[in-house]
Amino acid sequence: MPYTLLVIAILGISLVLYALFGVADFGAGIVELFIGKKGQKTISQAIGPVWEANHIWLILIVVILFNGFPKVYAVFSTALHIPILIFLIGIIARGTAFVFRHYDAYTDKSQIYYSIIFRYSSVLAVMFLGVLLASIFSGTIQYEITDFYTYFLAPWLTLFSLSIGIFVCILSAYLAAILLLSEAKDKEEYEIINTFSKRLLVASIFSGGLIFLASYVEDFSFHKDFFSHIPSLIAFLLATVLVPFIFIYIHRRNNWVLRILSGLQIILILAGWFLLHWPNLITFADGSTLNIYEAAAPPETMKVLFWALLIGSCLIFPSLYYLFKVFKFKEANEI
Amino acid sequence: MEDILAARLQMALSLGWHIIFACFGMALPLFMAFAEWKWLKTNEPLYKDLAKSWAKGVAIFFAVGAVSGTFLSFELGLLWPEFMLHAGPIFGMPFSLEGTAFFIEAIALGIFLYGWDRLPRWTHWWSGIFVGISGVISGIFVVAANGWMNSPSGFDYVNGEFINIDPIAALFNDAWFTQALHMTFAAFASTGFAVAGLHAILLIRGNKIQFHKEALKISLIFASIAAFAMPITGDVAAKSVAKRQPAKLAAMDLNFKTEKNAPLTIGGIPNKENTAVEYAIQIPSGLSFLAHGDPDAEVIGLDQIPEDRQPPILITHLAFQIMVGLGFLMMGISILYFYLRWKRKNYIDKKWWLWLIALATPIGFIALEAGWTVTEVGRQPWIIYEVMRTEDAITPMPGIQYSLLLVLIIYSFLTGVVIWLMSRQIKHIHQKYNS
Repeated sequence: MPYTLLVIAILGISLVLYALFGVADFGAGIVELFIGKKGQKTISQAIGPVWEANHIWLILIVVILFNGFPKVYAVFSTALHIPILIFLIGIIARGTAFVFRHYDAYTDKSQIYYSIIFRYSSVLAVMFLGVLLASIFSGTIQYEITDFYTYFLAPWLTLFSLSIGIFVCILSAYLAAILLLSEAKDKEEYEIINTFSKRLLVASIFSGGLIFLASYVEDFSFHKDFFSHIPSLIAFLLATVLVPFIFIYIHRRNNWVLRILSGLQIILILAGWFLLHWPNLITFADGSTLNIYEAAAPPETMKVLFWALLIGSCLIFPSLYYLFKVFKFKEANEI
Repeated sequence: MEDILAARLQMALSLGWHIIFACFGMALPLFMAFAEWKWLKTNEPLYKDLAKSWAKGVAIFFAVGAVSGTFLSFELGLLWPEFMLHAGPIFGMPFSLEGTAFFIEAIALGIFLYGWDRLPRWTHWWSGIFVGISGVISGIFVVAANGWMNSPSGFDYVNGEFINIDPIAALFNDAWFTQALHMTFAAFASTGFAVAGLHAILLIRGNKIQFHKEALKISLIFASIAAFAMPITGDVAAKSVAKRQPAKLAAMDLNFKTEKNAPLTIGGIPNKENTAVEYAIQIPSGLSFLAHGDPDAEVIGLDQIPEDRQPPILITHLAFQIMVGLGFLMMGISILYFYLRWKRKNYIDKKWWLWLIALATPIGFIALEAGWTVTEVGRQPWIIYEVMRTEDAITPMPGIQYSLLLVLIIYSFLTGVVIWLMSRQIKHIHQKYNS
């Protein structure tokens, strides 16, 4: 039992780090979609050295799932086969287009195609990541396989998951914009990103409202559960309380405070979302649930998995620190 | 198309495609680090250019390998959820370790690619070495997981349930070492021959620039050492198969009859009834000797294996023949290379030698794909050897042929783009060195 909780903790940390870094790299693609060529070089240089490392959090999440919570992985990859496939197409297209754009020996017309694919596949991937996150808990996944529509399409083809997809898109672009502020080449670029980040913050509030609306229209329980569940209500309220402060600091151009505040916001939103359903990992259409203890692999697996992850972390975190030190804290460590 | 066939083809396609990029990701970083080491030692800018060019190759191949690998980590569940449900907790251990190694590889690669002018020279060089080492380690872990499917251990299978799970014992299954050893050398041999062949082709086409000569020299060192080791590690692997998976060995060598002094079959196809070999050369007692180290040893033939437990015989046998044939060809080339170096011959300007290397460009990867066909097709009809059948593991999702088609289109397109990108890199190098 304690190992299950420890592995869940590492899963949670990986999820948060993927959201803060990996998803933000996708957000950078969405930012580029809106501000276009002006920010392209900055975005390429900002995510170039780190995106692959940031992406590995996702692989780690998948591995922890099939290793430690195989039932969740199996149900997930069966019922959500189609949106997972679309999400993966987004990942493949984004990653390859980005690298091809950077390493093509010539900068000619082909750059346009790489950019188009990079930007739109970023949207596609984040959108479907949101859809997947929404579908686990919407209570739409069937326990038994019935017909094709009910089992393979209905769980994720909802306004509710669409609204969460849009919300995650905007949130990722917002986070990317905040992170890009300190990478801007000149004052003009800074102003463009600065203005855009304010707009995204406003947009994220509106799209958050859309989630409630979708839940109400489709008669999901989200909008009801939300107000009755104190811990997640507190988390969401805190995330909202941060909004005016973030506005102030965008205005004051304090990049470091902004990074911390917006990162905190993302953590609060994720925490609120998962606390709402804790300790369940899947909610089925018939109301039954699969919680972390029922889904956990046998104790021996959890023990070995925990130690493997812990030893792995001892190697990963110092290396990551070094990577970010070389490329991201350059004001302090100019080499 | 039946879903089971479509699913198996999709898995074969995405694995077979990923393996090529994964092998480049394992071997090419050490080529580039070797070139950078020469630059650091000689201060010759040509070596820096070479290291940087190969690094671009690594960057492209690594990224494609990373995203196609991500695809695979989900695809295992998309296609074989029933397998992952039971196997995940047992053989997940090497995957979680591989996650760490892959993480280090991605971090080190970011540092190497973007750190050329930011880091002290030797620190930068070390980041390249770390890319290579962690790449090889992550490859070994993935192969160990595959080893478990061929030689499951670390659990008891009682009344359809997997109990007494021991992930460490599963990691150190009977197949992991021989498979990983053979595969690691294969990655270096196939990448080495592909890279050397490419530079040889460019030299033949009249680009007699020093750049390609140096590239050819370095890649031949890696290719030759690895190729020389292939038949030896292959023999170790085959002896292990003989012990663990007699059905696979029997199919590999078209051995239909259980007997002492079993002959080694070269060439040949099974007859219509799948009971005997036709058109083959047979070396008396050869198989007994190779499989068990004793010409009098008894080798289990397909007659001892019920038909519903036999792998597809023809495919396994043909793939095995292709692999062994090309393996010996590469070993021959590598012996020739060592001879030329020993005699201090100027092999690099010899037309016939360049042609030989150029023609050998794809053989490493063809042998590699054939080898994986032997391992994977030879394991059929099992997804977990003698525990779970592949047909029992498949997803209930209908219409897998459409996702197969989708994967086929995406991977064909990406293959085309990668080839096109490589040709542009080469053109760029030529423009630089000819002006």
